Order: sequence, then structure tokens, then C-alpha cells
Amino acid sequence: MSDATATAVAESPQHGGATPPAKGGRWRGDLGESITRNLGLLGVLALLIIIGAVTQPDLYGDSSWVWSNVLSILQLASVVGVVTVGMTFVIIGGGIDLSAGAIVALAGVWATTVATQSYGAAGMIFTAIIVGTIVGLVNGVLISYGRLVPFIATLAMLVAARGLAAQISGKQTQVSANTFINGIAANKFLGIPILVYIFAGVVIVGWVLLNRTTFGRRTVAVGGNPEAARLAGINVKWHSLLLYALSGLCCGIAAIMLTAQANSAQAAMGNLYELDAIAAAIIGGTLLSGGRGTIIGSVLGVIIFATITNLFAINGLPVEIQNMVKGGIIVAAVLIQQFRFKSVTQFFARNKVTTT
Amino acid sequence: MTQQARDLSRRRLMFGGAALGAGALLTACTSNDASAPEGQTKVADASAAAPGKPVTIGFSAPAADHGWLAAITTNAKAQAGLYSDVTFKTVEAGADAPAQLAALRTLIAQKPDVIVLLPHDGKELNAFGLEAMKAGIPVVNLDRAFPDALAYRLQIKGDNYGMGVSAGKYIGEQMKAKNIANPIIGEIPGIDSLELTSERSAGFKAELATFGFSVARRIPAEFTADTGRVAASQLLQALPKIDAVWNHDDDQGIGVLAAITQANRSEFIMVGGAGSKAAIDAIAADNSVLKATVTYSPSMASSAITLARLIGQGKGMSDLVELQVPKEITLTSETITKENASTYAKLGF
Repeated sequence: MSDATATAVAESPQHGGATPPAKGGRWRGDLGESITRNLGLLGVLALLIIIGAVTQPDLYGDSSWVWSNVLSILQLASVVGVVTVGMTFVIIGGGIDLSAGAIVALAGVWATTVATQSYGAAGMIFTAIIVGTIVGLVNGVLISYGRLVPFIATLAMLVAARGLAAQISGKQTQVSANTFINGIAANKFLGIPILVYIFAGVVIVGWVLLNRTTFGRRTVAVGGNPEAARLAGINVKWHSLLLYALSGLCCGIAAIMLTAQANSAQAAMGNLYELDAIAAAIIGGTLLSGGRGTIIGSVLGVIIFATITNLFAINGLPVEIQNMVKGGIIVAAVLIQQFRFKSVTQFFARNKVTTT
Repeated sequence: MTQQARDLSRRRLMFGGAALGAGALLTACTSNDASAPEGQTKVADASAAAPGKPVTIGFSAPAADHGWLAAITTNAKAQAGLYSDVTFKTVEAGADAPAQLAALRTLIAQKPDVIVLLPHDGKELNAFGLEAMKAGIPVVNLDRAFPDALAYRLQIKGDNYGMGVSAGKYIGEQMKAKNIANPIIGEIPGIDSLELTSERSAGFKAELATFGFSVARRIPAEFTADTGRVAASQLLQALPKIDAVWNHDDDQGIGVLAAITQANRSEFIMVGGAGSKAAIDAIAADNSVLKATVTYSPSMASSAITLARLIGQGKGMSDLVELQVPKEITLTSETITKENASTYAKLGF
């Protein structure tokens, strides 16, 4: 590698070197920086699209099909995407939420019970969001004030929430008869499904919350160094509690989206969504130990997973291999990040000294 | 049965078979004229249903996250409730085979007369069947067969291969009727690692082959509406034009139909599987792509309880000539269409 390239890379904002550390955390960047930092992920996405085009030239040659496929991928990503936004906050704040998928199921099943359905769409949406948030709050209380390890508390909630969901639904698939709810998935606005707007809305709110508010700065601070955050005057316990409630809230929104898509809810819905969300966040560069992460990165992670699923389906390849590929991508992403944030930083830092 | 009687019956059978080959008239003569030895024929009596020796039936099925499995447990419980001489003890099977095994061991400790069990996977619980049978507790396997014949007293199951055949036959005939020479056929099976899924797909493939057709794309789901929706949306994306789809399971079909509506596609016909109430209603209403479903009825759970009771009491099935309940019963897979939907409505779950 030439010296010039090395300098260019070292001065790029990839590892925060060129961006002045913002108040409350050096990873509080703007949209442009998020995109630059996620160039690798965009590269992977581009590669997947090229693979798709090469393997299915007929389909990719039809522009109307390509557009419908893009929407299909976005719809596929939307529900997990919303869960992932909440999960990203929890992980940046130094926690983890293993109960996310179970909260989706519980909120969905509760929203489709006959009692709630009789109150109409507004009642169902309200119920799902309230149930999700309350379960998140319970997680938060157990972790912040009950001093349970997040892993244990949310694992317990995973089991309990699915149990409750099975109990409420009578172990049956509860069909949603509400045309407004079902229409959330079936209808489009300006040619784009409503679900995609909801997904985009949650992403934008999440991005603003993380990057442009005190709440976001505190999240990074709490996850990066809780003790320092406490000494700086942040109520760490209260803040963690809010993060779990936020995750629960996102799960509630996701539950309505999923119910709309499947026209039904049952206790098994949202199965393993928590792992998909955690994987997407990690691929997107969120540090599992907390203190660093971006919403854009997480969203790209979700979209990459959805694109892989789509690519395999279009080529008629088995799901098993697809899962193996996904596993490989998670490992590769983490390895690349470690390499990028440690070795590369040091390597280029040394090079930078010699070239300037 | 005496040796002589057995020989006689065999001879009669052979003669009957030969006569069938020779001509219908001759067959009619032989079957009408020959009088069977005593004990070889009988007319059903009602004694099987009359209260008898008290029987405790232990029951275990996987925790239902799905309408069909839920109906299995509900049916079993309801059927047991119809008999005054049956005590019904149920243990839930938990999340996987080891969990079910643990639950079944607690059941054995309660010493039931018969165990009715729907295993997570027949292969994984085969050893338990052997153990219980050895301990003198007859095991009735519901739906997911044990590979070892010593592991069960009775196996009652749906016809998975036949289900695929029925679906393939319906689709094949419809395509022929529409004069479609090379139809694009999609398949959405359930959990792909289960043997029943591969049997269904094998039957489907074989039957389609008799029409000269094949499956263009097969994307598995996991028997839930949620996963069915994902699989269907991907199938629709992969195949811009489709002529027919077989979805193995009506519960996941709720999601499959939702995905089809959302994608605004209706150029094909769809066949379901199992025979849920929602599917039968949709077929009768005839306002969606779902035109038929092939049965795999959870009523087999009710039959299993009835037969377990008879086994416990040492009785036979009153319509059969045998003194004991047979060892294997496989239901047939029927095809429900708009024409006969009303007949099947009461079996929907």
C-alpha cells in the first residue's frame, strides 16, 4: 500500500480520527459520517445485488420486477428492522434484550384477542404498544433496580412472555379480522408499502434520538462507562430502564406490523427475532459490550440479511446453506471490525507518523 | 383360530383372487356362496362403547404453537371426556425431544394403563416406546411413526405421502383441464427437517410426474402464519408467473394467503393442507386463490383415545372381525373442494 493511500485511510473518519469528538461521545456523527463508516456494509450489499443480477439475469433485466423486489426486501426487513432499532439502543447502553421476539409475540397476541379486536384498529395498535412497553419496563426494573444481569432477566422474560402469549391465544392462531390493520401491510402510498414508511419512520426517530438528543448522548455514555456516566450526573439506573422500555415499545410496533403482514398472531410469531436483531446490530458495527453503535449500521445489517434471504429464495437454494452463510457473515463482520478498530487503527496510526 | 380355519380362509382368498381375474360373474358366485368359518365374520355390535374396566390414559403432545397441534390436544381431551371409564392424564411435551422424554418419565411413574403420545420426532422417542412397552404399558403412537415395530402397540397416523399425492392429483387435473402444458408450480412445505415433510413432498413430486409436471420452486416455512407469509412472499418474488401452489399446512396458509393478497397476485390456484376451518370456509366462499385443501385431520387424536381405551380394556373394534385393535392405522387424505366443503365443515379445526 502506498503512503498516500495509507494517509487517506488514516484521515478518513472511519475510526473517528478525523472527526472531532462530539460532546458526550465521539461516535455521535452525522448521516454522512454514518454512511462513510458503513462503506463496507454497502459494499457487501452491492456484492449481493451483483450476485443476484448475475444468477438471475432474466429477472433482473425487468425493471418493474427489480422495483417490486426492492420493496419485497424492504418489507421483509421492516419488522426485524424496527426490533433492531430498539435493540441497538439497548446494546449501545451496555445491555441486551433476549426477550424481544417474545415481546413481539405477546404484544401481537394481546392485540388480536377478541376483546381487543372489538375496540377496532386504534385499540389493537394501542394495546400492542402498551403491552410491549410495559414488558420492556418490567425488564428494565428487574435489571436496574432488581440488579439482575440483563442476560438473565431478559432470558426469563423470553420464556415467561411466550408462555403468557400461548395462554392468552389458547395456543391457536388468532386471525385478525380488522381490515385497517391488515391494510397496513396490503396497502401502498405512492407505490411504496405503508410498512416501509413505518420502518423508515422508526429509523429516523431512532437516528435523531441517538445522534441529536441528550438521551442519545447519555445512552452512549452509560454503555461506554457507567461509572463515569454516574459521576457525570447521569441517573444510570433510570436511563437503563428507559432503554429497555424503548426496546419493548419497538417490539410493540413490530407486533402490529407482523400481525398486519400475516393477518394473524400466534405465540410462535417473532421467533428468534431477538437473535436476528442482535446479529444485525453487530454486523452494523454496534459493540456488544456497549458504548458504540449506529442506527444506520444496524439497518444496513437487517437489509443485508433480508437480501440474502431473498437471493436464496430467488435462486431456489436451501435454507440450511442460507443460515450457514448468515453465520459466516456475522463472524466475518465482527472479525473485520476488530481488525478495523484495533490493528488497522494502530497500523495506520504508525504509518501516519512516518508519512507526515 | 385353528390351523384348519386359517388354511380354509387362505384357500378362499386365493380362490377369490383367481375368480376376480376370471370374471365378475364368477367372483360374485364364489363370494356369495362360500360360508365363512365361525369367527371369521361378524356384524358390528355396540359393546365396545359400553362402560367397562376403568382405564387410565396418559397423553403427551408437543406444546402447541399451532392450530393443528392445539386441535390434537383438544380433541384427545374431549374424546376422553366422553367415556365414564377413562381417566385422562396429560403431560405437555415441552420444547424438544429430551424435554418430552423427561415429561413422559413422570407419566410412567403414574402407571397409566395406556400411553398415547405424539412425539416431537418418532425416531428420537423410539427408545421411550421400547422402554414403556417393556414395562408393560401399551404405547399408542399418534402421527409420527416409531421406526421400531417393538416400540408401539398401535400407530395411528395421517397419510403424509398420500397428502402429497392428493394435492398433486388435484393440481395436475386442474392444469390439464386448463390446457396448461408446462405449468409453473410452487411448493411451500412446513418444517423441512421433519420426515413427514419429505414424505409429503415426495408424494407431491411423484404424482406431478405422472402428469409430466415438476415443482419449479420450493421454499419451506415453519408451520406458522408468520413464517408462511415470509416463504410465500419470497416464492412470489422468485416466480413472476405461477400456475399452481401447494401449501402443506392451512395454519401457515393464513400467512401465505396474506402474502398473496399483499402482492396482489391471483393468476394461479392454491391447494392447502390439513383442513382447517378457515381454509374450508375460504374454499366454500371461493373468493381467493385457495381452491382446495387435502385433509390431514386432527380427528386422529380422538380416534387414538378411543382405541387406547379399547386396548386398555382388551376389546377389539366392533366393526372389525378381529378381537383386538390392529397395529397400524393410516387415515386417507381426502380432497376438499368447493363442491364438498359443506360435508367437511364439521371436521375443520
